[in-house]
Amino acid sequence: MEATETAVQTSVRICAGTGCAASGAWKVMAAFEQALGEGAGGRVSMDPGGCSHPVKVGKSGCQGFCQMGPLVTVLPENVFYTGVKAQDVPEIVEKTLGRGEIVERLLYVDPATRKRCKGTADIPFYQRQTRFVLKGCGHLDPESIDEYLADGGYQAARQAFTAMTPEAICKTVLDSGLRGRGGGGFPTGRKWEFARVQASPKKYVICNGDEGDPGAFMDRSVMEGNPHSVLEGLMVAARAIGADKGYIYVRAEYPLAVKRMRRAVEDAERRGILGDNVFGSGQKVRCEVMEGAGAFVCGEETAMIASIEGLRGMPSPKPPFPAQSGLRGRPTVINNVETLAQVGHILLAGPEAYRQLGTATSPGTKTFALTGHVANTGLIEVPFGTTLREIVMNIGGGVTNARGKIDKNAFKAVQIGGPSGGCLTAENLDLPLDFDSLRKVGAMIGSGGLVVMNSGTCMVSIARFFMQFTQRESCGKCVLCREGTRQLLQLLDDVIEGRGTAHTLELLEKLGRAVQLGSLCGLGKTAPNPVLSTMRQFRQEYHEHVFEKRCRTGNCKALLRPEINAQKCKGCGLCIKACAVGAITGEKKKPHRIDADLCVKCGACAKVCNLGAVEGIAG
Amino acid sequence: MQPCQTQAAPTSSDLRSEKFVAVCSILDRHAHQPSRLIPILQAIQAVYRYLPEEVLTFVATSLEVAPARVFGVASFYGHFALKPRGKHVIRLCDGTACHVKASIPILDALREKLKLDPEHNTTEDMLFTVETVACLGACGLAPVMVVDDEVHGLMSPQTALEVLDGIVKAEAA
Repeated sequence: MEATETAVQTSVRICAGTGCAASGAWKVMAAFEQALGEGAGGRVSMDPGGCSHPVKVGKSGCQGFCQMGPLVTVLPENVFYTGVKAQDVPEIVEKTLGRGEIVERLLYVDPATRKRCKGTADIPFYQRQTRFVLKGCGHLDPESIDEYLADGGYQAARQAFTAMTPEAICKTVLDSGLRGRGGGGFPTGRKWEFARVQASPKKYVICNGDEGDPGAFMDRSVMEGNPHSVLEGLMVAARAIGADKGYIYVRAEYPLAVKRMRRAVEDAERRGILGDNVFGSGQKVRCEVMEGAGAFVCGEETAMIASIEGLRGMPSPKPPFPAQSGLRGRPTVINNVETLAQVGHILLAGPEAYRQLGTATSPGTKTFALTGHVANTGLIEVPFGTTLREIVMNIGGGVTNARGKIDKNAFKAVQIGGPSGGCLTAENLDLPLDFDSLRKVGAMIGSGGLVVMNSGTCMVSIARFFMQFTQRESCGKCVLCREGTRQLLQLLDDVIEGRGTAHTLELLEKLGRAVQLGSLCGLGKTAPNPVLSTMRQFRQEYHEHVFEKRCRTGNCKALLRPEINAQKCKGCGLCIKACAVGAITGEKKKPHRIDADLCVKCGACAKVCNLGAVEGIAG
Repeated sequence: MQPCQTQAAPTSSDLRSEKFVAVCSILDRHAHQPSRLIPILQAIQAVYRYLPEEVLTFVATSLEVAPARVFGVASFYGHFALKPRGKHVIRLCDGTACHVKASIPILDALREKLKLDPEHNTTEDMLFTVETVACLGACGLAPVMVVDDEVHGLMSPQTALEVLDGIVKAEAA
């Protein structure tokens, strides 16, 4: 009954993902509640002036366009407002809700065409996406199980428990070609089948929500935006392998995801969806949300199991695989959030329908976190096989330069797959992205972080950044990972600080390969990838650092040689006053000079010089 | 849910044992299960804001595991603090997206203002702790800074210092 009411009435959806919340979505929500009258639990219904129908105010999950937040959508007209502030709310209520007019200034303006876009259908960022996993994130209230149920939620789980055998579920998932979205790309159906055939009275399923890759937030958005879809996938997995207990391991840095997953589990238990007799099948499934404690390595299956057991999250050798002997020595299946969120759709639509999207070996869609120097940052979803050019130039709206303006020539590289991945350059722009094509060019899809970098980015510094990350996060178990990453980091520091020689580069490559070979888990095996990948693709930049003691981007401070161009300098003395260490000398109206021994390369002189006479350093 | 035995009517010398009342109820809630060690430590940190050494020893004894196991877990995970933290915890994101959008100058500015360095991340007056975090997953708003639980996006050294000044003023008032 409520569902039909929802369909016809006007509703306001405020994006309540982490991004929009940070930009002030809660204040906007409060302003709507105030303007339309107090309501219970974030929903209000009343007749605003001139408007004869009730208006429902609700929140949605992350809609992906985080940079433009807070986002407000007015349904059913589908008017999409960006950057909404609390003070804009009375105008929206009066004009859009009251008179059906559009508040032009709050519409998104496409930076390429300067065109105002009324709804998401007009915005290139959304137009070119295929939102499959993220479909529910935009229009469902993530804290309402009723909305999820009204949208066809838990039908797949019901079907799995009442009308399908575990074998049939494994076969359907295998036939769909679904591959694990956590990075490895292992066929999910095969993993389930492997666990299903194990004879054990106790089995476990774990949802891996420990999304630790810096620059990736796909799983966070799905857990925040549509937690029930993850839970439903977990239930299907439990049915498929015969597990009665599930864990959802969520990263500690994602408090909102933890809260919403917990709420989803509680609500599902209250409705009897989770419990001792799931859909009358007699099978029991219980679920627990566990918050991680800030260790990147826990994203590795065996380390995650150790963490759930209350131990240090250190990986152990495989085999035995978790599907044979995992949590507490029992067969355990661990699936990524995004993998599980696809399962419900696959069961309902069938494996053939799923294979319509994506490529032959990588069916379906993939969510990516598109960030860095790109006009539209945010969460996107595209079919596998989409080219990098389409993602960066069309969905992302192009690369931005140091001043934040779109610049056709600014593209330098895309870092894909986080600390385990590699870089893609301009020559890879037309590469269709899928698991196998990326592996061929020495990168990996990883969990899906895409960080776009412009020409002002120093690739040696980027390699160092990732090396510092893996060095800090190495659990310390394998000597080559523990000590090797530290040595690699120091070698990179040598390059960046001007101590590098030809031997340094040789050692970097040799040690990088040794760390790959001598480490047990994915963290160590892939830790040298960013270094090796940038060394392969940006060799020239490494050479400039080592042999010419020069960083073309000016990022590496130790290599900066600030000088005053005597031709440009008029001897005004501004730089002398600005220099905190007294490194600049010179008579008035005569060219000044910088004493390289005293200079701390702070850039203060370049900043104050009106003539651009200070060269070799950015102001 | 039987509470652990505790001294009644705490006097000033008994404050130390009173300190463990909260720990006891946390341990009870988790049925003294060593496998629940991580949620137990998280709950304790939520109360004390860090993990005091005597509390860790107490937890080890209560769970009947070696103190080394408890210390091992507490020191392994980045989320656990073994030293007292300031009243306000500033976490600056240094994930990839924030890093390429210049998060380090913000960190430098905060450290300079608060007279902190990588070895000392809490101010002497215990008002602020400055930490970096690998990724907060709010990359669309890079660079991002979280003060206590409030996320601030699209930061610059100037805006970060303004946020800081706001807290200092609110504290002085």
